[in-house]
Amino acid sequence: MSFVSVRNVQHLYGDRIVLERVNLEVERESFCTIVGLSGCGKSTFLRLLLSQERPTSGEILIDGKPIAPEPGPDRGVVYQRYSVFPHLTVTENLIFGSEVDRARFTGRLFGAARRRARDAVGDMLEAVGLEHAADTYPHQLSGGMQQRLAIAQALLREPKILLLDEPFGALDPGTRARMHELMLDLWKRTRMTIFMVTHDLKEGFRLGTRLLVFDKVRWDDQAPERYGATITYDLPIGGNEPVPEDIEARIGPSDGTPTAREITDADT
Amino acid sequence: MTRLVNKRPGRGHILFLGLLPFVLVTVVYLIASDARLSENPNDKLLPALSSFGDAIERMALRPDPRSGAYLWWSDTWASLVRLFIGLAIATGLGLIVGIALGLIPYLRAAFQPFVAVLSLIPPLAILPILFIVFGLGEVSKIVLIVFGIAPFMMRDIAIAVAAIPRELVIKAQTLGANSWQIATRLALPLSLPRLIAALRLSLGPAWLFLIASEAIAATDGLGYRIFLVRRYLAMDVILPYVAWITLLAFVMDVLLARAAVRAFRWTGEDGG
Ligand SMILES: Nc1ncnc2c1ncn2[C@@H]1O[C@H](COP(=O)(O)OP(=O)(O)OP(=O)(O)O)[C@@H](O)[C@H]1O
Ligand SMILES: [Mg+2]
Repeated sequence: MSFVSVRNVQHLYGDRIVLERVNLEVERESFCTIVGLSGCGKSTFLRLLLSQERPTSGEILIDGKPIAPEPGPDRGVVYQRYSVFPHLTVTENLIFGSEVDRARFTGRLFGAARRRARDAVGDMLEAVGLEHAADTYPHQLSGGMQQRLAIAQALLREPKILLLDEPFGALDPGTRARMHELMLDLWKRTRMTIFMVTHDLKEGFRLGTRLLVFDKVRWDDQAPERYGATITYDLPIGGNEPVPEDIEARIGPSDGTPTAREITDADT
Repeated sequence: MTRLVNKRPGRGHILFLGLLPFVLVTVVYLIASDARLSENPNDKLLPALSSFGDAIERMALRPDPRSGAYLWWSDTWASLVRLFIGLAIATGLGLIVGIALGLIPYLRAAFQPFVAVLSLIPPLAILPILFIVFGLGEVSKIVLIVFGIAPFMMRDIAIAVAAIPRELVIKAQTLGANSWQIATRLALPLSLPRLIAALRLSLGPAWLFLIASEAIAATDGLGYRIFLVRRYLAMDVILPYVAWITLLAFVMDVLLARAAVRAFRWTGEDGG
């Protein structure tokens, strides 16, 4: 019995089929990286795993049981944008989870309880290298620091599954490399099951234990909305194998010409 | 040549340029007043500065011979009490209803159109109704202010709350927050800057509704006094009162702007 089972999932926005016939069995403690062309439905897939949306048809099981209908602490998330609460300092962001957990009505802890909560996040603060920024607001942090904060915040609730939607997409290469170290380190320590969307194929290979490629297998030029994307490649990754050429040709930038992805990125 | 849009005044220039229109208006007034008074010393339309001084002294520094009150201050107090109570109730309603509408789809479906229609009713048109229902006392004046600005605030806050990135609302849920905690720990603080902005924009209308209701039925208050002395063409009282009201409104606006900058350091903006 696998940990996460996705069975024949189809998802529509209006009349438009975004995902179809998605089937997946994922073991506990896997690190699945997800790649695919822009707009093919990677974020949609994460939203389904998060219960931010429900699949139009098909089912998703976690631990053999149907997925909870709402987002909850069992599944954490880190987005590329709006990844942390802008009105809370670093420490306040980190203790938010335990505050809402323990103070159901006020949502806040005071006095000794608050001090204990602050102390409890000290290790995590250090693990992500933010101990010197404990009392600053997110807008004062660099992009990399904000993402580290977001990851720390999600991990503190000890989710069984962590969903990452291009968490390092906006970071420069150096910062990104350090984030990879951190991510692998945290994953080894916590042994969560991770799903991470990326548009960087190398990143996908470097971090994952399994690479999922989303793509359309059928294409109708007259009506692109008729067919959705599905998982076209599902590769186990053992270490440093080269990026397969056919995937690289479809997804990755190799010859210097920008991919559709990079063009849309440059626009935003 | 530098483009006009790129030329920026220095600090001293900003102060000078800012004061310039005030000085110009004052000078124009003095010249016009002087011209009229030299023709007819009893002219009431544009009194000289000295008459303003007399009027202010009479109203603010000496007790009224009939009531024994210092009218300037008792009027100010009466008006500010009405204004503050009205603003406080409207702000509270705006916040509670706005967050509820912005956050809870069922409430939005049920009440958004209603609030939208409510905000289109011209408040002054229902003033007679308020007088009939609540009498001529304080309540009808406060209700007019509330009625005049609360629907706008509700809509504004609802829009601000609905514009909170979906990611943050989902994130709060993955950290274990329930609906109430999302409202109090996310929607409330994130919409507060917008609330202050809405409150600042509402100050003008609030004063308008206050003065209108005081003009029609009151026994004290700044609006009441202006409309009372209008019968005697007492421009020497009216103009200082208008200046005083303007000053009060200005100070409130500045204080709100300052408070916003201090309270919302997290936005990373320096106010406006
Ligand atoms: N809420 C929505 N309503 C309607 N259509 C949507 C919605 N969200 C996404 N879509 C559409 O569904 C398709 C898949 O979107 P999705 O965000 O999952 O793509 P993606 O693979 O994550 O792309 P990217 O790499 O650019 O992030 C897109 O064509 C998008 O326009
Ligand atoms: Mg996406």
